Amino acid sequence: MDLITFGVQLLNAIQYGMVLFLVASGLTLVFGILGVINLAHGAFYMLGAYLAYWIAAATGNFLIAVVAGVAIAFVVGLLLENVFIRRLYGRDHLAQVLLSFGLILVIDEVREMLFGKDVHAVTPPAWLSGSIQLTTNLSYPVYRLAICVFCLAVAGLIFLVITRTKIGMIVRAGAENREMTRVLGINYDSVNRYVFATGIALAALGGIVIAPISTVFPGMGDSMLILSFVVVVLGGIGSVAGAAIGALLIGLTDTFGKVFFPSVSGILIYLLMALVLLWRPNGILGRREI
Amino acid sequence: MSALLQATQLDAFYGASQILHGVDLAVARGEQVALIGRNGMGKTTLLRSLMGLVPDCRGQRRLHGGDIARAAPEAIARLGVALVPEGRGIFGALTVVENLTMAARPGADGRRTWTLARIFELFPRLHERRHNGGHQLSGGEQQMLTIGRALMTHPDLLLIDEATEGLAPKMAQEIWRTLGVIKGEGIATIVVDKDFRSLSAIADRMVMLAKGVVVFDGVPSDFAAQPELLERHLGV
Ligand SMILES: Nc1ncnc2c1ncn2[C@@H]1O[C@H](COP(=O)(O)OP(=O)(O)OP(=O)(O)O)[C@@H](O)[C@H]1O
Ligand SMILES: [Mg+2]
Repeated sequence: MDLITFGVQLLNAIQYGMVLFLVASGLTLVFGILGVINLAHGAFYMLGAYLAYWIAAATGNFLIAVVAGVAIAFVVGLLLENVFIRRLYGRDHLAQVLLSFGLILVIDEVREMLFGKDVHAVTPPAWLSGSIQLTTNLSYPVYRLAICVFCLAVAGLIFLVITRTKIGMIVRAGAENREMTRVLGINYDSVNRYVFATGIALAALGGIVIAPISTVFPGMGDSMLILSFVVVVLGGIGSVAGAAIGALLIGLTDTFGKVFFPSVSGILIYLLMALVLLWRPNGILGRREI
Repeated sequence: MSALLQATQLDAFYGASQILHGVDLAVARGEQVALIGRNGMGKTTLLRSLMGLVPDCRGQRRLHGGDIARAAPEAIARLGVALVPEGRGIFGALTVVENLTMAARPGADGRRTWTLARIFELFPRLHERRHNGGHQLSGGEQQMLTIGRALMTHPDLLLIDEATEGLAPKMAQEIWRTLGVIKGEGIATIVVDKDFRSLSAIADRMVMLAKGVVVFDGVPSDFAAQPELLERHLGV
């Protein structure tokens, strides 16, 4: 493999890892801070992709789809937390798995009613749809580069909010000692609501940005859900930085696995997970015993 | 003096066991009340009941004349009560500055007299440690941080459980000095501690609990005049 092909695969790996990070960071926030296992997380990724298709088709503008799609997902997240999810706090995992599995069925049905079950394609905005010519017969799509840059920016924003803002401090404090934050006058119910909605919005955002380079289809959330859980477990439950590392590791393993070991590429990420967990049972940046 | 806090006939339960039995307690504005009693007599339970942290607590609780019997801890906090709990409850993953910042909030009357700078003036030691994580602090530094964090919420009533427990004598002195400053600010306090002598030196009133019942409520000099109380309930 020459250097340029390697570079292209590396970019692919990073781009894949970054999208995975968006989705998984939402999952790890909800899991780590709210203690809720949300099996419907992948369904929101799928919903995001359909929203991107629908809004982009209606408005002819992909950027509107990004903003509106995220806003819709956030509001849906607030509502769902208020009606369903808050009943799951402190409940056993079976209740959480059952309710969130129920949500998958409901979301799938809603998707069926609104968008049908057709497979769709979304066109990226014109100014991002070109390619960069690398050699005479090798080029790299600008949109994929844009995904890398955009996801990096979102990741940076998440880290800034968590480490530098008061709301970030409150969220970290609450993850450590919920009762103490309440004693200090913080209404943790509303913190929970915004954390959940943010998690959902991140899943949807993953689906939105991936829509132009993948097809939009009903089952697309399933494999994403499993991969996100692998990322969360790899990185350490509740650790956003861990999710970033885990997602990039998965992106690299999956992409280069397909190049070098095509026959066993399907199991490589699980092998990676097993090895990492043998080395660090709580995940790479995991602290808590679970 | 008008009562800031008025608790009447408090009964508190953990499951089937009753911990507090008809406790009456009033705290005036700016008053410093010492709460004493042997291990397991219900001091912590009383403070937690006032903070709204004991789910099964019956009886009247009024703050500034308003009913708080059914209020959530965060609502009681916003009405002007702050708790420095047993074991301190600092956030180990947050730095000193972050511990203080996350709690900052104007008082129930809108005042913003406590700032980071003033907390660091009160506890110069915390200023030196301002970028350290909470889990890197010594016991005394943690206690300073917990008190500072409580002050950042601008309380009218500060509940301090085990103010100097486990602290070196010098650190304990520092905490007693701080309680004097807090009193000078007009903040009412209920202080629980084992150091009965230091308490009686600073407190306006002593309240003694025995098996969840108030067995003494009066000024320190009256308390000192009843050595049999001391012997029976503190074993001093
Ligand atoms: N969460 C709980 N569940 C059941 N019983 C409890 C609980 N917390 C305290 N108790 C019991 O309630 C009684 C009063 O405890 P509390 O902690 O209020 O006493 P205390 O006066 O603060 O004691 P100490 O000086 O040891 O701190 C004790 O008998 C204790 O065992
Ligand atoms: Mg106690």
